[in-house]
Amino acid sequence: MTGIIRALSVMALMLALAGCGGSGVEWHAKNIRGLMPDLEFTLTAPDGEPFTAEDRAGQVRLLFFGFTNCPDICPATMARLQNAVKQMPQDMRDEVTLLFVSVDPERDTPERVGEYVDFFGDNIVGLTSDEETLRTLAKRYRTTFGYGKPDENGDYDVSHSNAVYVFDGQGRARLLIRSDQSISQISEDLETLVRQGRD
Amino acid sequence: MSWYHYLLPYDFSPLTLIAFVVVLTMYLQGLYALPAEERPGALRVFTFLLGLLLCYTVMHTRFDYYSQYMFFIHRGQHLVLHHLGPLLLVLSNPLPIMRFWARQIPGWLGPVLWPVKMAYRVLQQPLIAATLFVGLIYLWLTPELHFDAMLSRPLYWLMNWSMLLDGLLFWWLILDPRSPHTERVLGYGKRIILLVLIIPPQSALGAWILFSDSMVYDVYEVCGRAWPLAPETDQMLGGILTWIPPAMMSGIAILIVVGRMMRDDRNSAKTQQADEAGEVHA
Repeated sequence: MTGIIRALSVMALMLALAGCGGSGVEWHAKNIRGLMPDLEFTLTAPDGEPFTAEDRAGQVRLLFFGFTNCPDICPATMARLQNAVKQMPQDMRDEVTLLFVSVDPERDTPERVGEYVDFFGDNIVGLTSDEETLRTLAKRYRTTFGYGKPDENGDYDVSHSNAVYVFDGQGRARLLIRSDQSISQISEDLETLVRQGRD
Repeated sequence: MSWYHYLLPYDFSPLTLIAFVVVLTMYLQGLYALPAEERPGALRVFTFLLGLLLCYTVMHTRFDYYSQYMFFIHRGQHLVLHHLGPLLLVLSNPLPIMRFWARQIPGWLGPVLWPVKMAYRVLQQPLIAATLFVGLIYLWLTPELHFDAMLSRPLYWLMNWSMLLDGLLFWWLILDPRSPHTERVLGYGKRIILLVLIIPPQSALGAWILFSDSMVYDVYEVCGRAWPLAPETDQMLGGILTWIPPAMMSGIAILIVVGRMMRDDRNSAKTQQADEAGEVHA
């Protein structure tokens, strides 16, 4: 019963918040404001140093999970996001950071993740950590990942979420970009978010 | 992963743990405190504990992980929380234990509990109860809300708890162990009508999910599945679980109610005969 009361009050609070924040913006992506916790993590950057959500505070951040051996989803997502950023007005592009988190620490060392993301552009940070830390982060954003059986070469598939989580400058969860969104739709959403941050 | 990891909660919820521990403790304590002739028998105690264990397992062990990342397992989870678990808990007839604890409520708490009592009475109006029972299934399976519930932790827990509590309310109304001949509880005919009424809407929803060409619940795509099962297969299994077992549960419950009705009739016939015989002798 107490669980219900707590959950009900949380829902009431969420409704109230949604009421206050009703800016009337029509998003192309799924609005997840109030549904998910703020951006918070400590992972390892390519230089081996710890990297936290604070390191790019103030920026609109796009978080997504993948692995460098990923055959299709990851490179395609990365390219789509990069193109979306390129379609934004020049002075806004620097206010967006992509956070690529490899969930395959067995093969992906921090350096390797760094080399991989450098190939796509310089506003991407490649991150990883030990499996336990990654599982905690994935769970925080209610997603999961798993490993397939290795073939004779030791190669294996990694199942992971295909969604991109978008956080605003203050680290609040704002949008969930699904795989069926066009580049210009993503771009428009990001522009609106950056603009909101400036107001 | 070691075996005991499967017993640990995937998403630890202190309130859920407390709720189950409190219920279990109160049940066992009541059982112990009752005089032997009022105490439920071994089969009833077993039924109660089984129902409780089932609900706990699907909510607060590794099972919950699979429920979050596989649609058909989520449907199985709700089948236990809304149908099977509450049905077992109610069938065990915990009335003596509940009466024991009701006697422990101090008098000054009466007025405080009054709103709860009123809410209970309203929710147990037959048509409200049946609408709520089916309505909650529809509500949480609304694609938009289902997506949110799977993304938001508070909403997810609200969903599961609301299903369990509503299941308890509905099955208590249907399988109330007290006889309508002697107490003010719902008549057997009305119980059967409710059980029949709830079948078509549940079947329709299950069939709709089963025969949908497109993916109705794409959150499992977005968040990743627990293992690589074809999305169509997942949705199909989920549809079947929403459709067939609930209809079967209604069928089983109807048999139980009919059984009780016949036993009640026999009993009242016997007392009547005994009364008449008594009159003749007198």
